[in-house]
Amino acid sequence: MNKPQYAIELVDINKRFGAVYANNKVCLNVEEGTIHGIIGENGAGKSTLMSILYGFYQADSGLIKVFGNSLQFKDSHEAISSGIGMVHQHFMLVDNFTVLENVILGTEGGALLHEGLREARKELTRLGQEYGLKVDLDATIESLSVGSQQRVEILKALYKGAKILIFDEPTGVLTPQEAQDLFRIFSALKNEGVTIILITHKLHEIIHITDNVSVMRAGKMVAQKVTSKTDREDLAELMVGRKVLLQVDKEDKDKGEVLLKVNKLSVLDENNIFRLKDVSFEVHAGEVVGIAGVSGNGQSALLKVLSGISNITQGSVEILGQKMDSKNPIFPDKLRELGLSHVPEDRLRMGLISEFSASENSIIGYHNDKQINGRFIMNNAKVRNECAKLMEGFDVRPADPDLKSSNFSGGNQQKLILAREFNRNPKILLIGQPTRGVDIGAIEFIHKRIIEMRNSGKAVLLVSVELDEIMSISDRIIVLCDGHISGRVDAKSADERTLGLMMANAYDTTNNLESN
Amino acid sequence: MNRDTRINWINRLILPVLNVLTAFAATAIIFVIIGVDPIEAAEILLYGAFGYQEGLGYTLYYATNFIFTGLAVAVAFNAGLFNIGGEGQAYIGGLGTALIIFAIDPNTSAWIFIPASILGGLLFGALWALVPAYLQAYRGSHIVITTIMFNFLASSLMVYMLVNVLREPGNMSPESQLFPQNSWFPFIHDLSTNFGFVMEESPLNVSLFVALFFAVIVWILIWHTRLGYSLRATGLNSEAAIYAGIKPKRIILITMCISGALAGLVGINELVGYQHRIIMDFHFGYGFGGIAVALMGRNHPIGIIIAALLFGVLYQGGAELAFELSNISRDIVVVMQGLIILFCGALQYMYKPWVINALAPIQKES
Repeated sequence: MNKPQYAIELVDINKRFGAVYANNKVCLNVEEGTIHGIIGENGAGKSTLMSILYGFYQADSGLIKVFGNSLQFKDSHEAISSGIGMVHQHFMLVDNFTVLENVILGTEGGALLHEGLREARKELTRLGQEYGLKVDLDATIESLSVGSQQRVEILKALYKGAKILIFDEPTGVLTPQEAQDLFRIFSALKNEGVTIILITHKLHEIIHITDNVSVMRAGKMVAQKVTSKTDREDLAELMVGRKVLLQVDKEDKDKGEVLLKVNKLSVLDENNIFRLKDVSFEVHAGEVVGIAGVSGNGQSALLKVLSGISNITQGSVEILGQKMDSKNPIFPDKLRELGLSHVPEDRLRMGLISEFSASENSIIGYHNDKQINGRFIMNNAKVRNECAKLMEGFDVRPADPDLKSSNFSGGNQQKLILAREFNRNPKILLIGQPTRGVDIGAIEFIHKRIIEMRNSGKAVLLVSVELDEIMSISDRIIVLCDGHISGRVDAKSADERTLGLMMANAYDTTNNLESN
Repeated sequence: MNRDTRINWINRLILPVLNVLTAFAATAIIFVIIGVDPIEAAEILLYGAFGYQEGLGYTLYYATNFIFTGLAVAVAFNAGLFNIGGEGQAYIGGLGTALIIFAIDPNTSAWIFIPASILGGLLFGALWALVPAYLQAYRGSHIVITTIMFNFLASSLMVYMLVNVLREPGNMSPESQLFPQNSWFPFIHDLSTNFGFVMEESPLNVSLFVALFFAVIVWILIWHTRLGYSLRATGLNSEAAIYAGIKPKRIILITMCISGALAGLVGINELVGYQHRIIMDFHFGYGFGGIAVALMGRNHPIGIIIAALLFGVLYQGGAELAFELSNISRDIVVVMQGLIILFCGALQYMYKPWVINALAPIQKES
């Protein structure tokens, strides 16, 4: 058998930040014209490795070979000129520029745009046809769907001559249907000889789409496998270093009385746009109601209204028998007293104050509690002790109450928030994106804790953009699209395809029907 | 943990010291350019500030004002508010002090006068900050703009008050009659004489202890109370504060009142402690100086006391310098102040990468 042609060879890459090895003797071989997956938990060193490959960082030692040539990238320009392109998780696009203008950004070619634009248009039309990337070149970025914006990023990389494309968590912002589209583009690119590196934490994507897969753990490359010869359980175990339960076990449970009742709720945001329209549902004690939907379809508004942060425009909400409407708001502190806990969607913007220590963060929302306050003075020592207990109970690492929150990993920050909210023994739990940016080991832990809360008779409202998560934890699923409820399903009879269609309702009508 | 503490030490101690030294070095260069020997100038400055009891008294007297205004800026800053109205709040606070003193019967005991005059300063300073705070919280007018405008308003108002209302009949200069003697804060040199130490006379009075007392209060308030917690939470992340059930608008009002009240105490030191009457422009420069003091002191009471002392030294030593050397005017103090603000404020992290690198080997060994 011939030795395969490698697009990328990385040999013994070392990169240290302070005392920590982000990459420790990492080797990677990517065959030309294949789709190569890289998986690993947060902090395993995937991003550092890709940043080295893309010229953001320089490796302390090690060898980089691109198409057989040894190279040392000083910046990303050099990486680009050697044929590497990157599609970031957060798109690097100018919102009010057209697609065409965005693509030529940085390669305008001369003081006058006219010539460059004409050249670019010709080239892009050719690329679009060749790879099946259909985008209106004259549309502004803000008018495009997220999936189309991603296609612009791909076009941009190809336009700059990329033969190797790196994708960083590309499906995080897409509907299942859009993700299918992306994978079709992957195949087209692969057929044209483009090499693709896919960084993801979604195991099913790896299994579904890649040819080879590399697994990283704690800065090291722990395995490189041919995808067809491995499976999800195997990969998960390699990532975490121990056996992982991917499916959450939960027994059936009779639901109790209604604790949260939402009645024809509508909410206008500050720009006078309806974020929620005529939404009604109930959550019973002892059940998890999952809210599915592509992000930005009213989930955030729903959580904010139910937790008392923003105001109701029309309709009403009954929380533990207390009625809340536009004339009678109940503020977050009162709702907490009633027995409502809220794990916010965006932990860095809302759930935590990153400059605060863990112990200070462990009392956000509960800083007026009698247990930790004297008449005037807050008992900081007690706050610290309580925080240490919380950290122990939820396995927050490092278990140091004095450590600044920004120094914890995403998973540990999230565990601290969950510990804070679960520990007060609430009756209703609002949980937003509990596992966003959280590593797989922590996900398992968090899911178990949520089910525990359900089993002990709490009413749980779970908002997540991860369909897997919604389907495995919820008892009932409600789909939000453009602020209204576009579907209700029992979790047992739910499948990804129907949910996906409900989510995309009136959102991306062209691609729905042909997906497999 | 280790890295955290190290960064804290660098931020709190090493960087400010390096920054101040840089400012001094820049001042030395200016001295050389205008033909003054910087070493001789430093000697004169330090002698003027510390070399004899009267000089030291003046240094501490000036420092007292800077502690008040520095604390004022720091409290607001911890809530994410930039109060540059210390100038006006100090001025109006002094007015409050004077009005209360004149309203009380002159024969009343000092034990009534002292708390009453402090209260007057606190109250009027707070009121002068409350209006901009309200405009920020409920009308969205930026606090920097409104507090600056209120400095001008305070100036005009005080001219009116001193010329038309408070001026002593028959006196041509815009100043009030003397406060009743019972209201005067004791001078330190008088107190020390009572205890058997004879000291040179200086304007230093017990307001210094009031200032230190409030420094402790501010420390407790910010780091050991619910209000302080809410205030810092609001300053660092107002969205998280709202999530926590804190009402940022209310926090803005309360914080600015506390901030204004602290600035309002400058009048205690200047008027009740030394001038014994209300005069024009007694507050001049301390409000803005307080911004620099708070910046240098990292918005922490201990840092503020140290920074206030430094500014006291600059004020007193700078005056001495202008007196001794003919080619230096008192404005050199303003230049030095400006350089300190430049290096401690605008360029505060200039040395950080360098310091971290320099300390890295030490860290590794331990």
